[in-house]
Amino acid sequence: MNEYLLLFRGGETDRKEQTAEQWQAHMYRWVQWMNGLQQQGLLLGAQPLSSTGKQVTGNRKAVVDGPYVQAGEAVAGYLMCRAGSYNEAVGIANGCPILEFENGKVEVREIQELKM
Amino acid sequence: MELSADIRSLADRLFRQESGRLVALLTRIFGTENLQTAEDVVQQTFLQALDHWRSGNIPDNPSGWLFQVARNKAIDVLRKNRHSNQYDFSDDGRVLLKSEYTLEVTIDNLFKEELVRDDQLRMMFVCCQPGISQENQMTLILKTLCGFSAQEIAKAFLTSEDTIYKRLYRTREFFRQHKVPFTIPSADELKSRTRTVLSAIYLLFNEGYYSTTSEQLIRFDLIFEAMTLCRLLTESQHTYLPEVFALMAQMCFHAARSESRLSKEGEIILLPDQNRSLWDRSLIASGYDYMIRASFGNAITSYHIEAAIAYEHCKAPSYSETNWKLILDYYSWICIYYPSPIAELNRVVAVLQVEGPNPALEEIEKIKSNKQLESYYLFYSILGEIYQKLQNRSQAVKCLEKAIGLAPSELEKKVLRKKLDQA
Repeated sequence: MNEYLLLFRGGETDRKEQTAEQWQAHMYRWVQWMNGLQQQGLLLGAQPLSSTGKQVTGNRKAVVDGPYVQAGEAVAGYLMCRAGSYNEAVGIANGCPILEFENGKVEVREIQELKM
Repeated sequence: MELSADIRSLADRLFRQESGRLVALLTRIFGTENLQTAEDVVQQTFLQALDHWRSGNIPDNPSGWLFQVARNKAIDVLRKNRHSNQYDFSDDGRVLLKSEYTLEVTIDNLFKEELVRDDQLRMMFVCCQPGISQENQMTLILKTLCGFSAQEIAKAFLTSEDTIYKRLYRTREFFRQHKVPFTIPSADELKSRTRTVLSAIYLLFNEGYYSTTSEQLIRFDLIFEAMTLCRLLTESQHTYLPEVFALMAQMCFHAARSESRLSKEGEIILLPDQNRSLWDRSLIASGYDYMIRASFGNAITSYHIEAAIAYEHCKAPSYSETNWKLILDYYSWICIYYPSPIAELNRVVAVLQVEGPNPALEEIEKIKSNKQLESYYLFYSILGEIYQKLQNRSQAVKCLEKAIGLAPSELEKKVLRKKLDQA
């Protein structure tokens, strides 16, 4: 079993267009998806991220506001899980409700073991 | 602004009605180790309600309003404690409370009306966890499920508030140390665990029906709470057991007679002198209904037999027309299957009615050396009555005087003095 980080992008514009009921139904599918992972013992943690942010850069530690990327390109949330392989991790990502949105994206990254 | 009496009484009534449900529900969410937090959230919810309602903004659905406020407060608590080691999110139902993606929907699911009953049931089992003394079980039941304040519990048991706080503290510590799960016991444990819950309910009822620690002989609030809790058990599939219905039947029969047990002046009226037209016929009818429903499976418990005895009394048109022969048979069964000194003593009363004072004296002689009865005022009261029937006035007086000395309350002493005057 390896650990994977799933990074979510997109979905912001669609939220504004949804009714309260649609949004509730959408969030309910997050529960179903994550509950499924939990039942299989694969879920490690997940949180959405606010759209504002700061960036600290370089050895001068310069601070600038925001991710300043195009709409739909900023990381909107993450989920950490266990999976047997990249294929399995992608299988998990397939179920992510963010993909219900036109510009929804899930980036699947394996946690790397740093060998000293 | 002063609280208007209306708002105060609405809040009091709602607190009695809803706080038990809310505490149970929140304990499920926070875990038994955080019972105190659950109680605090409920307390804050009611304070907020009073604050909000005093300006006249009483919502159409006050209960719904309370649940909504409690829900939001619960979410705040969970957000603050997401990474706290005081909270254990590891079990299936609660792990999704850690993520913002799933927190609110999960809370809303846990707040569903139809689940609250099971939470109350779980709370009962938690309160009656083996390892907690019966005294502490009752205290916790009254505090968490019935919405009693420490002051009210102290009054009910004629003890200090401080003692009640200590009891509650010890029980909460017990939960913390033992990681008591908030669950309905598994099938193989259910029967014995339910038995513990029933005996706590029965104790609560008896404390209300025949208060030994309060200035009032009958505490209608305790009777009401005990019956409400037992009714909850009768309505759940988990606790569909004959003894649950038998206890409910028994409590109905006893409660039906409550009104006739006290005179207008608050003095005790004993069974022979009670005005039977005051007995609550509809409560007797529902008792009968529960008694019929208690007769499934192959279990005859002490509750069954005691319910049958209470029913015989309810059914009898007068004391002398009571079917004492049958009641004697029932008591004999109890003495065989559930022997206790008190059961033996009750049997003596039936012997006195059926066979007369001489056999009754013989029977009571057999149990007089029992330690528990030695200091029990009713033992001497009954013995005095037997001597009275035997025309042995000096012995009767001696016994009744002893009974008066041992009686726990002024009310009881008064009844005994009346008997003594007639001796």
